[in-house]
Amino acid sequence: MNGLQFFTSARFWRGALPALSLTFVLLGVFWLQPRAMSYFGLNLLFNLAVPIALATIAQMFVIAVNDLDLSIGSFVSLVACIGATWLHDTPLLGIAALLGCVAAYAAMGALIYIRQLPSIVVTLGMSFVWSGCAVLLLPTPGGSAPDWIRALVTFKPPYIPMPILAAVVLALVVHFALMRTSWGVLMRGVGGNERAITRAGWSVLKLKMTMYAMTAVFGILAGLTLVGLATSADANIALRYTLLSIAGVILGGGEFVGGRISPVGAVLGAMTLTLTASFLSFLRISPDWQIGAQGAVLIIVLALRAIVNRMEARR
Amino acid sequence: MTTETVSPLISLAGIQKVFGAVQALSGVGLEIHAGECLGLVGHNGAGKSTLMNILAGTLEASDGALTVSGKSLGKGYSVQDAGNLGIRCVFQELSLCPNLSVAENTRIIHPVLKGFAWRKRAAALIMDQLERIFPGHGISPVDIIGDLSISKRQMVEIARAFTVTETNLGLVILDEPTSSLDARVANQLLDYIEKITASGTSVVLISHLLGEILQVSDKIAVMKDGRVVAFREASEFDRSRLVEAMGSTLAAGVAPRRDVQSAQAIGDERIHMRPSGQPDDQTIRAQAGEVIGFAGLAGQGQTEALLEIFEGHGVLPSGRGGNDCCFVAGDRQVDGVLPLWSIRKNIGIASLRRLRSGALIRNEREQELAEAWKDRIGIRAPNVEAPILSLSGGNQQKVLFARALGSASNIVLMDDPMRGVDIGTKNEVYAIIRQEASQGRTFLWYTTEMEELDYCDRVYVFRDGVVSETLVGSDITEENLLQASFKQVSGAA
Repeated sequence: MNGLQFFTSARFWRGALPALSLTFVLLGVFWLQPRAMSYFGLNLLFNLAVPIALATIAQMFVIAVNDLDLSIGSFVSLVACIGATWLHDTPLLGIAALLGCVAAYAAMGALIYIRQLPSIVVTLGMSFVWSGCAVLLLPTPGGSAPDWIRALVTFKPPYIPMPILAAVVLALVVHFALMRTSWGVLMRGVGGNERAITRAGWSVLKLKMTMYAMTAVFGILAGLTLVGLATSADANIALRYTLLSIAGVILGGGEFVGGRISPVGAVLGAMTLTLTASFLSFLRISPDWQIGAQGAVLIIVLALRAIVNRMEARR
Repeated sequence: MTTETVSPLISLAGIQKVFGAVQALSGVGLEIHAGECLGLVGHNGAGKSTLMNILAGTLEASDGALTVSGKSLGKGYSVQDAGNLGIRCVFQELSLCPNLSVAENTRIIHPVLKGFAWRKRAAALIMDQLERIFPGHGISPVDIIGDLSISKRQMVEIARAFTVTETNLGLVILDEPTSSLDARVANQLLDYIEKITASGTSVVLISHLLGEILQVSDKIAVMKDGRVVAFREASEFDRSRLVEAMGSTLAAGVAPRRDVQSAQAIGDERIHMRPSGQPDDQTIRAQAGEVIGFAGLAGQGQTEALLEIFEGHGVLPSGRGGNDCCFVAGDRQVDGVLPLWSIRKNIGIASLRRLRSGALIRNEREQELAEAWKDRIGIRAPNVEAPILSLSGGNQQKVLFARALGSASNIVLMDDPMRGVDIGTKNEVYAIIRQEASQGRTFLWYTTEMEELDYCDRVYVFRDGVVSETLVGSDITEENLLQASFKQVSGAA
């Protein structure tokens, strides 16, 4: 396919859509508030996008194998609570607890695969378990983030604001791991045609457990980043991440089934959703409308994607 | 050529397989020698696919002995073992991941394709093989499988099975490999099978197209009811002997088309449709009681034309009669069966309007309808409440026919419905189609098999989305058809 053809192909537009929507919202913000167009402004705008982007990537690992994680929000909250208590006071216990979380996620993946249970039911159940643990650990908001996490999230590299740098690194690392390596192919293959993977002699059980464990790893990164930014934690700190992360994956060009995902898109999607909220506050619209506005963005982008798909079908 | 003194590459003895209460295989014995092409034929549900799944390691035999190059392999024989022994299988339903590219799908069956520059190596491997089997295939290694047509997907899967990395290739099992390929590409594959068997690789070819089997096989095994009923040199068989050995209920080849005189006197015109982009004045017409064929190479717009008619384009008021057209899908897993439902519900879904009273569906009426069609079309199932997935592929297809014929529609659209269906089932369905047509139903039938066009009163040959030729009555011959299939339609953009 030559250059021109590629730029008019539906595949190109599907990939470009998340980047275009982020640019669009960003331009809107800059137009309303030109002062945001600075190192400090961008830092402020995208600070809270980093944990959301990490949670979105976590969700994407599960969506890649045709499952859905409804517990990611409460899991991130639990991790934030662990971060603000055990990890601060008794680091060894904290690290052991986090490793235990990864093992629990892998076991959840194994259970879902072996018993052929619907992932929505299992993860919804687990979300109450995570929330319960978080409340036991930190009954009232409080605790404090370990200093090294504080230092890490408030680090100010020259020229490029930290959140932007983090988002770029995150997108590139996950893109490489999942889209370019030979193991990433197997992981995505499970979402595309589980039977084909089995017939080629691979263990889908191991692959699914790996994907769930990766979800936990990125969930932990999200929780720790969040507690670093917020300095203290609360058992309900990240509950809204569940829906935000799903929306982010879909906004970024992923599909619920079929292993069609895009790590770069997912990060862009998460940033778009965060930015939409800021956009509304610049417009002096009450925060009550934020969720509705995020929904509107989602609908607009999905409608555009439907048009792109139709364009492809007509070919 | 092989002799009996050479020990076989693979030998199966007394293989049994039981699924719940169903005995799928009851004591199968087979021998495959190196460099031999074994043709395997039999009706749907005869156990061919089950046997090949056991050989490929995806199913475990309940009992029996499997020996590969002198080594006895008992329990625990797995897909990895099969891979290490150089046994590959192209399964009847495609085993590619639609979200991955051609090169990435190649990586899935080759554990050694990893590390630095694996993508380049995978791409080179599959492209080289595609070029060898299907010259002029027009597939790129970065193409996503889901974006390719079904015949190209099948080409990729076949080529992938023949790629070699570290273990050499002992046996390739091809289960209905040509079901979605047009004649030209299918011939490329058959030529390649002859070439590769000459170099020492064995091939098992399963096909319902007996011509293919007779053309390339060295030996032919006929299966029936989970047993091998005949296993001889291919030269000892011809078409009629094969059909006889398979135990078909009806011999093919009886002139099934209605004679020209009565063709004049059929009912009102029901469809008059002009494909978009048709450069000349040919139009698709269908009258009551006619069987119309859509032919040509695979994927030249036949399915699209059927869908257009299904949406109501070109259907005249007389054809409507208050009902919509009904559609028999060819890709039954995707467009046909409702996999969680019973046979009864799968049949009743197209006739719900007639089966309800008030807002509710009358179960006993649906039951009556399903029972009637089960008997009439010969669905082999204990009862209509059985889940549809408990049936073999051919019987599932019969359920789809029952769904369409049981509805009140006057027009029945069929999208290559006999893909991978055995001759016995086909002949039974053909008879019912003729009978239903004589009662005034109109059939539009897209098919890739020449024999099926013998049942059609008129055939429209498709090329690049438009009709390239209309053939009527005795003009419907293989030669005319091939000519029309490759004809460039003048003025087509």
